[in-house]
Amino acid sequence: MIEIDHISWTPPGKGAAAILTDVSIGIPPASYSVLMGRTGSGKTTLLEILCGLRAPDAGSIRIDGRDVTFAPPGKRGIGYVPQDGALFPTLTVREQIGFGLRMRRVPQSEIQSSVVEAAEQVGVGSLLDRLPQGLSGGERQRVALARALVVKPSILLLDEPLASVDEETQDGLIDLLREMQRSHGITVLHVTHSRREAEGLGELQWRLENGRVVENTRLS
Amino acid sequence: MSPVRLASPFWIFLGIVAAGYLGFWIAMLAATATYTSPREVVGVLLSREILYATILSLVTCTVSALLSALVAVPVGYLMSRRRFPGHTLVDAALDIPIVLPPMVVGICLLIFFQTRAGGLIEEAIPLTYTVGGVIIAQFVIAAAFAIRTMRNVFDHLSPRPEQVALTLGASPSQAFLNVTLPASRSGIFAAASVAWARSLGEFGPVLVFAGATRMKTEVLPTSVWLAWSVGELEQGVAVSLLMIAISMIVLAAVKATGERI
Repeated sequence: MIEIDHISWTPPGKGAAAILTDVSIGIPPASYSVLMGRTGSGKTTLLEILCGLRAPDAGSIRIDGRDVTFAPPGKRGIGYVPQDGALFPTLTVREQIGFGLRMRRVPQSEIQSSVVEAAEQVGVGSLLDRLPQGLSGGERQRVALARALVVKPSILLLDEPLASVDEETQDGLIDLLREMQRSHGITVLHVTHSRREAEGLGELQWRLENGRVVENTRLS
Repeated sequence: MSPVRLASPFWIFLGIVAAGYLGFWIAMLAATATYTSPREVVGVLLSREILYATILSLVTCTVSALLSALVAVPVGYLMSRRRFPGHTLVDAALDIPIVLPPMVVGICLLIFFQTRAGGLIEEAIPLTYTVGGVIIAQFVIAAAFAIRTMRNVFDHLSPRPEQVALTLGASPSQAFLNVTLPASRSGIFAAASVAWARSLGEFGPVLVFAGATRMKTEVLPTSVWLAWSVGELEQGVAVSLLMIAISMIVLAAVKATGERI
């Protein structure tokens, strides 16, 4: 369960316009929600606040009942997949996927088996020793997804994960995202400006406009 | 760009300005290179004093470049990634060594090491008129160039991978060490190379703070000045040619990294 309660944020600097104004959203556990909005509507900023990469000016964030408004990003149980995957440029796919486990000081043997399992799940098992530079857009997103899921987060935040891939790859990734959400039983918040993605994936849809929630729809 | 547009008077004028400037430089270098015979150049460069100055230059430039990189990486990262009160002021202050006349930097160094704080440092590590002083004089200016380069490097690296690392449980220092630092390797090399090249040409602060004592604190720019001041033009030209050759190698190395400086 994600509870976004009256969140507001304005960039520093005199006369800056508010990016988020009094945003409140409640996302039920194990649901797939889609957050829509035009470029500049505040979607990414809201994800950054959820991740703990940005502190809100006002309001609070609760995850599974716990107030995490000012908790560090690594202590929120959130998996984050940015738009282009944001893979680590010098690490192999194996090292990328195992990164979160290594930071948690998981034994090496356990890391190896978890990495192989996560990579197989998202279909990048044959790419483990490759560097990100040689991967296609779809492969990069799959690796980013495995990297986020391997640490077993309770929430997965996806920031336009299909924006940089072609339509055919999008279809494959939509199926994969739906499958991952069901098999892992996690709460997903997927940011997009594509109606096609929203209808193909979401159960709940939220729309941001000029930093305010203007619409909340149940799709299925 | 179509060929018709390329041939327009505007582009031809810009091409002439660029060719004129570059041509002037090539003419200067060619004139210097042909001023004396290769035999004479080799003879000068193999003399005891110039060999000492060459080795001292290579050693001090390497140490000051390493020190500059050690300072430039954290400072460049801080200035690139964080905004804090006074950020613009600190940013401008970091460029002071770049805009100050080099001789003034030498005088500031000399005066600082006469103060109580400077005196304490001097007691532990004698710097004024020593090889250590050569390194400090080179470092204070070279580091400013290295910081500017590193800041540029970090500005061009997306912060997203670091942010993902934070969500995966990394601390800010772990994200920096595991994600950002490895991705900025070529930038660090470029920054160190720029600092090295800058140190090689540093004359004013070295002369004022470390002196120009033969076989002690004499580095290559000092050799050129010493030769020139007593009318030994061939010696000055030979050392200048050596410095040009070294600078070209450093420039090629920096360009090979693909980093902007």
